[in-house]
Amino acid sequence: MLCHDFIKKIKNREIDIASHTEKIIDECKEINKEYNYFNTISAELALEQAKEIKKQLKNKDSKIKNKKLLGVAVSVKDSICVKNVETTAGSKILRGYKPLFDAFAIQKVKEEGGIIIGKTSQDEFGFGGFSANVGIGFKIPKNPFDIERSCGGSSGGAAGLSQKLDNHIALGESTGGSIAEPASFCGVYGLCPTYGRVSRNGLIDFSNSMDKIGPMGKTIDDVALMMDVIAGYDKNDSTSLNVKKENFESFLNKPIKGMKIGIIKEAFAEGVDREVEKNVYNGIYELEEEGAKTEEISLELPIKYGIATYYMIATSEASTNLAKLCGMRYGATEKLENSFNEYFTKVRSSNFGDEAKRRIILGTFARMSGFRDAFYLKAAKVRTLMINEYKKAFKKFDALASPTVPILPPKFSEIKKLTPLQHYLTDVMTVSPNVAGLPHINIPVGFEKNLPIGMLLIADHLQEGKLIQLGSAIEKGK
Amino acid sequence: MEVDRKLLEHVAEIARLNLNDEEIKKFLPQLKESLEFFSKLKEINTDNIKPSFHPVELKNALREDEAKECLSQDDALSLTEHKKDGYFKGPRAIQ
Repeated sequence: MLCHDFIKKIKNREIDIASHTEKIIDECKEINKEYNYFNTISAELALEQAKEIKKQLKNKDSKIKNKKLLGVAVSVKDSICVKNVETTAGSKILRGYKPLFDAFAIQKVKEEGGIIIGKTSQDEFGFGGFSANVGIGFKIPKNPFDIERSCGGSSGGAAGLSQKLDNHIALGESTGGSIAEPASFCGVYGLCPTYGRVSRNGLIDFSNSMDKIGPMGKTIDDVALMMDVIAGYDKNDSTSLNVKKENFESFLNKPIKGMKIGIIKEAFAEGVDREVEKNVYNGIYELEEEGAKTEEISLELPIKYGIATYYMIATSEASTNLAKLCGMRYGATEKLENSFNEYFTKVRSSNFGDEAKRRIILGTFARMSGFRDAFYLKAAKVRTLMINEYKKAFKKFDALASPTVPILPPKFSEIKKLTPLQHYLTDVMTVSPNVAGLPHINIPVGFEKNLPIGMLLIADHLQEGKLIQLGSAIEKGK
Repeated sequence: MEVDRKLLEHVAEIARLNLNDEEIKKFLPQLKESLEFFSKLKEINTDNIKPSFHPVELKNALREDEAKECLSQDDALSLTEHKKDGYFKGPRAIQ
């Protein structure tokens, strides 16, 4: 059932919201036993919200019936602050942190009657593409189709839960592909909006010039619905875009005849699994059948240099953003002893996981005097060239197509053998649109060996509507 | 540039991380491999190209300097055990 239809039943009181929410929480607990999609299940908050909605529904004059998300279960990636609910970004260093405020996106979800069911598991601070780099003491989420395999990352819990739980929409977060990648591995839709389209206020920074909150869900309709709720200007985020509010749902079922799709040539080259390639082409053929025009386009810079550019910018920013985590004011603490440098070092060394340490070191190195020009500044200049290359492509095309990930979801035993660099290389398709702040979406296009495959579509800044339009055309064709 | 144990320990110290022997042994070849790969950015000519510190053009966000209600002192202090007389208590700053 689409969330849209579910909401109607809630409004008509065909479904009792209080008992339904109780059932959902029980279901989440059951799913979590096997799949580890939650760091925290916020049962108390969810039941309280449901009770309040039930009360207001009895009142005929209440405006509650106008709420866009009424009664829909909403899960929240653990890097997004929810008031009074433990928020750790998947890191031991934030254990026990219960924010005193709601993130902007959470305020919007609550205002529209969405029910917060919990905080979903992720790579520590978002540092990974397989959700295998969880913080010390956290559990690794598993693929909904095969528990020996990864559900992708870093919004892994959000993606897996979206596949498993009905009448639910997830809030994920992407810095370098952390919405599209896990969505692909779990066979769901994941839309990463334009940088600045959704406020970052209340999102725990990883790389502040690339972090974006976005929706994930089982259907394109659910994703569009959530975009309508969370998008918009926020004066408390200096990078929030003050642009006209779109009606994203109006792009659903809109004909795509005449739209132009560029097929990124380099994205189908060596290293791409043949089964992935075949299924992504099936997606492209479906778009052609619905009347879209396709043509190959060469985008060498994003595919060849995207990884290096992304990791230099992302680690540089991460190393500064994580400097504030030092065992004071909130989160993990130790006994106060020795000098402040020794204290901070002790807290950080014993609470950050391996990948967090590696990225802090890489980023600190890239910003150090003597290396800054060759690494960080160089990457920022290549970023300009990359944005220019994309902008040129969008003069001709409405969207660009590639696989979302070049491989099928790998087994955990295979992931263990990868070096960090080999791990980074699997992000090849998604890092560049993130570097350029471009909206992109994962669209499920097929299955091989009972594992889902996704197609990535990228659009120009603020053109999320086109992605919803195209995703909707493929969903309809199924 | 030689990425060796000395440089790694120096960078870790700046980042307030204390790496043990096992971590150094593990991280050193990993960081070398990554940095070597990232160095390929130098193949690209970026003469006269301005750096982009953000992906979209941003305007300065300014507001009036008005007094408004903010977090109470009690709330601000509620998330830590290290506090005294309405202040955060930190480690010693002067030896």
